[in-house]
Amino acid sequence: MSILINKDTKVITQGITGKTGQFHTEKCIEYANGKNCFVAGVNPKKAGEKVLDVPIFGSVKDAKEATGATVSVIYVPPAGAADAIWEACEADLDLAICITEGIPVRDMLVVRNKMKQKVAAGGKETLLLGPNCPGLITPDEIKIGIMPGHIHRKGRIGVVSRSGTLTYEAVAQLTEIGLGQSSAVGIGGDPINGLKHIDVMRMFNDDPDTDAVIMIGEIGGPDEAEAAMWCKENMKKPIVGFIAGVTAPAGKRMGHAGALISGGADTADAKLAIMEECGFTVTRNPSEMAKLLKALL
Amino acid sequence: MKIHEYQAKELLRKFGVVTPRGFHCVSVDGAVKAAEELGGKVWVVKAQIHAGGRGKGGGVKLARSLDEVRQHASDILGMQLVTHQTGPEGQKVRNLLIEEGADIKKEYYVAALTDRATQKVALMASSEGGMDIEEVAHSTPEKIIKVFVDPLVGLTDEQALELAKGIGVPEGSLDKAVDAFRKLYTCYMETDASLAEINPLILEGNGNIKALDAKFNFDSNALYRHPEIVDFRDFDEEDADEIEASKFDLAYISLDGNIGCLVNGAGLAMATMDTIKLFGAEPANFLDVGGGATTEKVTEAFKIMLKNPKVKGILVNIFGGIMRCDTIATGVVAAAKEVHLSVPLVVRMKGTNEDLGKKILAESGLPIITADTMAEAATKIVAAVK
Repeated sequence: MSILINKDTKVITQGITGKTGQFHTEKCIEYANGKNCFVAGVNPKKAGEKVLDVPIFGSVKDAKEATGATVSVIYVPPAGAADAIWEACEADLDLAICITEGIPVRDMLVVRNKMKQKVAAGGKETLLLGPNCPGLITPDEIKIGIMPGHIHRKGRIGVVSRSGTLTYEAVAQLTEIGLGQSSAVGIGGDPINGLKHIDVMRMFNDDPDTDAVIMIGEIGGPDEAEAAMWCKENMKKPIVGFIAGVTAPAGKRMGHAGALISGGADTADAKLAIMEECGFTVTRNPSEMAKLLKALL
Repeated sequence: MKIHEYQAKELLRKFGVVTPRGFHCVSVDGAVKAAEELGGKVWVVKAQIHAGGRGKGGGVKLARSLDEVRQHASDILGMQLVTHQTGPEGQKVRNLLIEEGADIKKEYYVAALTDRATQKVALMASSEGGMDIEEVAHSTPEKIIKVFVDPLVGLTDEQALELAKGIGVPEGSLDKAVDAFRKLYTCYMETDASLAEINPLILEGNGNIKALDAKFNFDSNALYRHPEIVDFRDFDEEDADEIEASKFDLAYISLDGNIGCLVNGAGLAMATMDTIKLFGAEPANFLDVGGGATTEKVTEAFKIMLKNPKVKGILVNIFGGIMRCDTIATGVVAAAKEVHLSVPLVVRMKGTNEDLGKKILAESGLPIITADTMAEAATKIVAAVK
C-alpha cells in the first residue's frame, strides 16, 4: 500500500498542452504503470484532440465524467493556476496536485478559503498538494509530478518535505543504503498551501506499509512544529527530522511581522528543538538522514 | 518588494487613508520649496531609505523655520544613515520627504499581513504605537490585538471595532479608526501586499486619525499585475549583486562567509549552507540556480559569486533530476574556464547521468575536486580554503 495514490489511480493533467505539462506528463506515462494512470488532459480550446495519445477534454468535469479520474495534476501558468485548482474542486476530485510555482499569495488565500467554505457547506472535500511542489510518487506504481523516477525504489519508508531537491536527496540516500520508499511527498514551499506536514504524517501513521518516516522542513511558518506536537501524542513510527536554514539570515525571506504572528518559533534551531522534544531523531547533517533512519529500524 | 515611506503614503491616500500632507524631494532647494508650499510653522524632514529605525539614526528631524528645513535637509541628504536594519555600513540617503507637522495626542500601531496558520489576513493593532512591534510582542504581548479576516468576506465592522476599542481609541474617534482599518485592509488586498504597516497611526488633538509612518512589502509573485507598484522600485536601495542575479533568474543572497555555493533548489541550497557551517566554515552566499540550469546561467552564477572578494572557495552541489548531471558538468567546466577560476572548486553531483558528469569534470583539465556526499564536499572545500 501507500498514501494518496497507487497504481490504480486515474489522473487528469490540467495544463497538458503547455511545454512543461507535456514534458512531465510524458515522463510520468513512461514511469511504472503511468500509461494506464494518465487518462485525460484539459484544455477548453483543444477538446477532442489528443496529446501523447491522451484525450483532451474541455473541462475537468468532462474529463472526470468520461474517464472516472479522481486526481488531477496542475501545470497551468501562475496567473491561471488558482482557478485551475478551483476547477478541480468544483469537479469533486479527491486530490489536486499543483506543481505551478509563483502563484500570487492572494489568489491562494482566496481559493483556500473557497475550498474550506465548500466543505463547511457540506460539499465534498478535495485535498490539495502544493502549490510550488514536485508532486508525489509511490515507487514502482505511479509518479505524479516532476521528480526523477529512477532514484526511487519500492519499500517501506515515507518521505515528506517542503523542498523538491531535498526530497530527492533523502530518497537517493535511502535507495543507496537499500531502503525503499512507500511514498515520497513534496508539500511545496509556498506560504499558503494545501496538505501540511501534519496531514502527511497522519497518513503515514495510518499506512500499514510504512514503517518509518523522514520529515524535512525549512525556516518560516509554524507547520513543522505543529506536526511535531501531533507526532508526540500520536505517531507510532520512528521519524528522522531535518530542518534546512540554520544559516539563513533572519528577515531575508520572512517579514518581521510574519515571524511575529506565527509565534517566533520559525527559525531552524527552534524547529529542530521542538522536533527533538517531540521524540524525533533530528540531525543537523543532511548527509546522514538515511543512515540515521536505518539505525532506528 | 519594498517601497519608500512617501510611496507607501501615496498608496494609502489613494485608498482614502488620511496622512499628513507632504512632498517627496531629492535636493535641499526642493526641500525648502516643499516646506514653503506646505506652509505652517513646523515641518518634518524625513530621510527615505528602505530600512526602519530612521529616527534613532538621525534621519528624521523637526524644523521650526525654513532655515532649519534647509539645514536639516542638507545634513540628511547624502548621509550614510545607520540603523539597526541597515548594517554597520549604513544606507546612503538620496530621497527626502518633507511633511507638515502633526499634533500627536496618542500613537497606535496597525498592520495587515497574511497568516499562514489560519490562511486568513491578520489585522493586528496595538496601543503601543511608534515602538518596535517585536519589542511589544515580547514584553507586553497582551497589548497586541489581532483579528483574522476571511478574504471572501472582508473586514467586518465588528472586527474593525474590536480592534479600535481594543487599543483604546476614544469614543469620539472610533468611526475614524474603523474607517482607517477598512481602507488599510482594502489597500492591502488590492495591491497584493505581503505587509502593510502603519506605525504610528496617530490620534490628533482634534480627534482625527492619521498615518504618520507607513511600510509596505509586496508579493513578488503578483507584481506582474501591478505595473504602478513596479514603478515604485528603487534599485539604489537593493543589493547590486542580487539585482544582477535576478536578471538571470537566479535566487541570490549575499552572506558573510568565505565559501561560495551554487545549488539547484532552495531547500538543498539552504541544506548545503548548513553543511558548510557544520564542518567549520561559513557560506558566502545563498544561490539557487533553479531547475533549468543552462551553461549561461551557471557562468553568470560563477561571476556573481566571484565578485565577492571574500570568496576563497566554491562548492557546487547539484541534484540532477530532470536536469542531467552531464549538462551541469559541461556548464561548470565552461563557466570555470570563462571566469579563469582561481579559487578551489568542489563539485558534488548526484542523480541522472552522474557518472557521465563526473567524467566530464575529470577530463576538463581543471583542478576540480569531486565529492560523493554533501558532507564530503563540505569537508573538502573547508580543508581547501584553510
